[in-house]
Amino acid sequence: MMKLVEQALTGDRRALARLITLVENNGAEAHEALSTLYPHTGRAHIVGVTGAPGTGKSTLVNELAKAYRAQGATVGIVAVDPTSPFSGGALLGDRVRMRDLFGDPGVFIRSMASRGSLGGLARATADVVQVLDAVGYDVILVETVGAGQSEVEIARTAHTTLVVEAPGLGDEVQALKAGVLEIADILVVNKADREGAIHTVRALQMMLDLGQPQVTMHHGQAMEVAGLVGLADDGWKPPICQTVATSGQGVPELMDCIADHRAYLRESGEWERRERLRAAAQLENLLRERLIAHLLDQIGQERLNEIIARVVRREVDPHSAVEALLRQVDSP
Amino acid sequence: MKKKIRVLIAKPGLDGHDRGAKVIARALRDAGMEVIYTGLRQTPEMIAETALQEDVDVVGLSILSGAHNALLPRVVQLLREQGLDDVLVIAGGIIPDEDVPALKEAGIAAVFGPGTITDEIVSFIEEHVRGDEAG
Ligand SMILES: Nc1nc2c(ncn2[C@@H]2O[C@H](COP(=O)(O)OP(=O)(O)O)[C@@H](O)[C@H]2O)c(=O)[nH]1
Ligand SMILES: [Mg+2]
Repeated sequence: MMKLVEQALTGDRRALARLITLVENNGAEAHEALSTLYPHTGRAHIVGVTGAPGTGKSTLVNELAKAYRAQGATVGIVAVDPTSPFSGGALLGDRVRMRDLFGDPGVFIRSMASRGSLGGLARATADVVQVLDAVGYDVILVETVGAGQSEVEIARTAHTTLVVEAPGLGDEVQALKAGVLEIADILVVNKADREGAIHTVRALQMMLDLGQPQVTMHHGQAMEVAGLVGLADDGWKPPICQTVATSGQGVPELMDCIADHRAYLRESGEWERRERLRAAAQLENLLRERLIAHLLDQIGQERLNEIIARVVRREVDPHSAVEALLRQVDSP
Repeated sequence: MKKKIRVLIAKPGLDGHDRGAKVIARALRDAGMEVIYTGLRQTPEMIAETALQEDVDVVGLSILSGAHNALLPRVVQLLREQGLDDVLVIAGGIIPDEDVPALKEAGIAAVFGPGTITDEIVSFIEEHVRGDEAG
């Protein structure tokens, strides 16, 4: 495994691919690999691209990657698609839109299924991004399907988050419905060649002018310390960019917006704040995963089932049941 | 949790529809696999590079164009050149029986004809990928 890390760090793409699998599967070896890689991370600009299915995210990622390559930057891409809750399988089709990038050794694309839990996805995405960062990709584009809370989680792993909208996917702006507008650093109205694009732009503009409702996170303390992202920041007003991803129109302007946001992050001290935020969110996620596993392990399935049954029978209420369980286990 | 089986479904060659490939892709997803789908007109080079980046366990090649005798062995060759020795390569589509022995010789583990039920492909993959992992 350490050989794999070494090889990946020297630019071996096969080793990199296998390392990503290892990290995605989250075993003991993965932790060891990640700790070896960690000192090499922190250089990449991580850009999240999120929005409803069909808005053109993959096509846009393809265009952005080409634009970065033209500037000489290397690009890692992580494209996440949902796992079917019924079968546990997934159909990962984002590469269909990224054919232009084939044959370029400065680009590495990895498709990922969302797999288990919300926190699990955020963990896996953060880890895979960290691997790509460590091996030296300058920009990492992370595509995720807009589905509300998961975007908020993943936005925490990005420095700059693009929320992509498109006209004609229903009369309402999708991001408003999904509640992901709050995480946008840049709003993209793609398919600007389509009728109705201007209405989408106006609707978004109006939302921005009205000011955003505050995001409330239903999380523990780390989240409260971390505070709000996106629109809640002072000093950065999310611009609205119009693009036609299929032709590349508007992409240079979007690249400028991303560069402006990056400069803003650096100059305002926001970069450090977000690094802190990311570290906090990551730690919280890991702690939650580990603590729950540890606790359930100590409690034992039998005891757990027994107390669940008692809760169902109304012999004990859920709060008291948790108290009792916690009293039973040693503090980890 | 069992390791997820990752499969690349690719369509080499120039023929213009991918209905069959999509049916297979969905069937494998429904069997719990993670299926990477890349669309039409993939060159053997593209397929090998994708298999490498995605670290797949299986490459499924769907071909209708009649160029299978050239394209399929070429994919295997490129995979092996990149050190992807343990990737299971299977093929489906319209491939005459008399061509099958040579394809197997070239490293295609199985050839599934147009009438194949998808369950058969699922079992074949599960058997062979899981089998490898025990070793
Ligand atoms: N008219 C138009 N179609 C686009 C544009 N961008 C993407 N599309 C098409 O929209 C569909 C979905 O694109 P895709 O990138 O897969 O969207 P995703 O699901 O958000 O990743 C594809 O058929 C694209 O060709 C655009 O700017 N204009
Ligand atoms: Mg997509």
